[in-house]
Amino acid sequence: MKQKTDVLQGTLALMVLKTLDVLGSQHGYGIARRIEQISGDLLAVNQGTLYPVLLKLEQEGAIASDWGASENNRRARFYRLTKEGRKQLQVETQDWEQTAAIIGRFFEVKAEDLP
Amino acid sequence: MKFLRRFLARLKNFASGRRDDKRLREEMQEHIALQTEENLRAGMNAEEARRQAVMKFGGAGTVREDYQAEQGLPVFENLLQDSRFAIRMLAKSPGFAAIAILTMALGIGATTAIFSLVDATLLHPLPFPHPEELVRIEDDLPGAGATDAGVSIPEFKDLQRSGIFQYVVLEIFGSANLTGASQPSRMQYEGVSPAYFAMLGVKPELGQTFDPQDQTPGFTLDVVISDGLWKRAFGSDPHVVGRSLRADNDLYRVIGVMPPGFRDPGRTVGERNTEQWAALNFSDDPAQAPSRNVRLPLETVGRLKPGVTVAAAQSQMDALVASLREQFPGDYPADNKWTVRLVPLKENLVGNVRQSLILLLGAVALVLLIGCVNVANLLLARASARSREMAVRQALGAPRKRLVRQLLTESLLLSLLGGVAGLVIVFCMKGLLLRLIPESLPRLNDLSINWTVMLFALATSIAAGIIFGLAPARQAGRLNLTDTLRTEGRGSKGSRQQTRTRRVLVVTEFALSLVLMVAAGLLLRSFWDLYKAPLGFNPQRVMSVQLWLPSPNDPKADIYGTAAQEAVFARELLRRSRLLPGVQEAALGAEPSIPLHHDRNLSALIVEGRETQKQPPTVERSQVTPEYFHLLEIPLLRGRLFNDGDDEKAPQVAVINQAMAETYWRGEDPLGKRLKVGGGRAGVGQRASKTWITIVGVVADARTESLANASVPLIYLSLYQETPKELAIFLRGGLNASAIPKEVQAMVQSVDPELPVYGAQTLDDAVSASLEQRRFSMAIVATFAITALLLAALGIYGVISYIVSERTQEIGIRLALGARQGTILQMVLRQGLGLAMAGAGLGLVGSVIVSNLMAGLLYGVMPTDPLTFVGVTLVLTAVALAACYIPARRAMRVDPMIALRYE
Repeated sequence: MKQKTDVLQGTLALMVLKTLDVLGSQHGYGIARRIEQISGDLLAVNQGTLYPVLLKLEQEGAIASDWGASENNRRARFYRLTKEGRKQLQVETQDWEQTAAIIGRFFEVKAEDLP
Repeated sequence: MKFLRRFLARLKNFASGRRDDKRLREEMQEHIALQTEENLRAGMNAEEARRQAVMKFGGAGTVREDYQAEQGLPVFENLLQDSRFAIRMLAKSPGFAAIAILTMALGIGATTAIFSLVDATLLHPLPFPHPEELVRIEDDLPGAGATDAGVSIPEFKDLQRSGIFQYVVLEIFGSANLTGASQPSRMQYEGVSPAYFAMLGVKPELGQTFDPQDQTPGFTLDVVISDGLWKRAFGSDPHVVGRSLRADNDLYRVIGVMPPGFRDPGRTVGERNTEQWAALNFSDDPAQAPSRNVRLPLETVGRLKPGVTVAAAQSQMDALVASLREQFPGDYPADNKWTVRLVPLKENLVGNVRQSLILLLGAVALVLLIGCVNVANLLLARASARSREMAVRQALGAPRKRLVRQLLTESLLLSLLGGVAGLVIVFCMKGLLLRLIPESLPRLNDLSINWTVMLFALATSIAAGIIFGLAPARQAGRLNLTDTLRTEGRGSKGSRQQTRTRRVLVVTEFALSLVLMVAAGLLLRSFWDLYKAPLGFNPQRVMSVQLWLPSPNDPKADIYGTAAQEAVFARELLRRSRLLPGVQEAALGAEPSIPLHHDRNLSALIVEGRETQKQPPTVERSQVTPEYFHLLEIPLLRGRLFNDGDDEKAPQVAVINQAMAETYWRGEDPLGKRLKVGGGRAGVGQRASKTWITIVGVVADARTESLANASVPLIYLSLYQETPKELAIFLRGGLNASAIPKEVQAMVQSVDPELPVYGAQTLDDAVSASLEQRRFSMAIVATFAITALLLAALGIYGVISYIVSERTQEIGIRLALGARQGTILQMVLRQGLGLAMAGAGLGLVGSVIVSNLMAGLLYGVMPTDPLTFVGVTLVLTAVALAACYIPARRAMRVDPMIALRYE
């Protein structure tokens, strides 16, 4: 149970970074919405878990935030990627692709393929 | 980097106490509002849209908790919260807190004090750079029964060339008269190879030291002085470099002043108090002509090449010795078995006090442990009162881990407060502590409360807190909720388990106290035996005062150069001494004749008819005037004592003691036998005898050399035939101890105004001073033992009182049913006695182990001295019974009516 949250948290952070990279400055709801659209039901419930992750990323310096006006002209907190966050995203994307590739190969290999 | 940044951000929030709840609330509201609008657009009605939005957001409470945890540092926050709670709890029971903190303060304070002593003497004994490279080089001739037999000049050159050492230096210690100031005084000096300061790696405070490459033969007239001498003789003159001082009538030029903390790493107090260093190359006069088998009474110290271990250097040394023995078979006969030992300088300095110090540290650790057990007992008593609180908190959902952590926080707080108070005590008592420490303890460092000591105190406090907090914390962790909540409704009773734990603690306490008391008892008996040992001489109403006749390098400046010249002076001194107020008897002797004087004067002994021995044995010798034996009441056994006719014109005679007769002429008559002495570790002012000396008398053994050993072989020579430079005047009578130094000084200086007078002491003080190190260990261990006993008594009192109060009802019923009061008393006492006995049994086992470890510190008692063991056990039992008697009486007086109604 706990492990699942950990994985979720890790991937959530990466999703946030990628979202901000694609959409530019965005508020929490916008990020949640985007992730929901792309990931299906991963964030359909418990969208609130996004906020501790945003805070963590901000404290790490990967993103920055400011108050701004939302579409309906209300005060909202807008997050944007920092230079460091962009670097982090690059590195983590590479890592992720590498990991995914390795895991993928493991799944492909069948017992009879082994020498 | 990332983690650090995140940690810093969290730390900042934590430190500033900032909790930005507002921002999250606003964001959450906005999020839900946006979702609601979205839902409305999707066609839901207002209420449903909002409900769905809130559901989709998830548990706001959890999010907020996670958010806050992310913002701050939860571990620290809990700790802070626990600490705040602990402080409140302690403040609510100040009596308990005060007792616990005081107990810990005493325990930790005492441990820290002893540790600071260990730190200064054992851990950092040598305040020099890379102290591990410094070694003392000792030559042994096991075949001839000689250890540390001195070194010859060619051997010294071999050592320098061996490639094992960065530096090798020779040292010779002595003392000289410092004249020229208003009052002549005595000064310890040291002749050293020029590389001495370079070897130790110490820079001077002012001026310079010697050039390590200096090859000038003989003594140089340039000297380096100590900070003490600089203050004493030159009034801290900043321009002292280039000024001169007169030592034993020779003029020396000061070239440097050493920093205040610098002390020679010597073996005796005298050596460590060296005040002047002169450079000395031992290749020419006054050192003897180079010959391999002429061993000089010099100390050799070296600094190993960097990175070379002592063991590696020793094996190189062994190889060198083997090749030299092969090369010079004539100088190193095989049966002498010449070897060279490298001893780490640190070992050489502290080797003989290590055991005492470790004993003290062990003793104080036991006291601390007993203190911990006592506090644990107090905490358990409190825990039983608080078990309801714990049960309620647990029932309300507090995890056990959290409760245990909180209890541990409380006990850590107690022990840390105790530790701080303990350090304050140590700081305040530092002066007293310094005065307690015997001077003979080798200390090159000043005792200081440094970081190591502080760290030790902190570690001790934490360890103590965990030790005494563990039992109550475990108890809380195992709390049975339903039982506690049910029984706690009526009165407060601890569980069976708790009572058992407390009993175990009391048994432990007794066992530890017994160990300490046995150690103290054995030390006390050793001390007492030494104190009561018949001295063989009578120190009462005797004082000794020392003076030193100068021995200048220039023979023409030496007015005491010949025995005839000196004997005249000695006779005059004796005549005038008898005229001093209160003096009934007076005698003169060489410095080694002062009873229990630490400096030894071993000389080679050649017995007529046994001259062939390649390496002669050494023997302690001193010169005295005829009155010496009568004055000290050392009885003559055979032959005769000296008389005034034994002067430079008469044939030389000697008086020996019984031990000497036993050692060399067992079964023979020593009277009339002839011998020669000299050529040993002599120093300045000793001439080897050229003619045979005839033994004319044998006196009884006396403990003049060491209180622990009555049978050290001794030779006395007639002072008029062989006059020493270092003199002692002995006076017996109704003396005014405070006036004598001045009176003797005036008397001596009326003969020669250039002579310093020093070292005045009563022999009673000398005897007492030679016991000081033992007295120090004994007093401290005894104090610890008594403290331990008191703590143990308190502990057993607490437990028995507790048991009695728990059984009040039962006792009431027993009394109501007709039990006699005496029976009740017995019942309670038996319970206490059982605990004490169990503790004593365990303690006896521990004591046997400990006492065998400290066998080296004992004198005259076996490590398993039955008297001590039985006595201590009895005392402990008696104290336990006394401590139980109070609650037992309370139990006996229980009024059945009240007891039965009470519940």
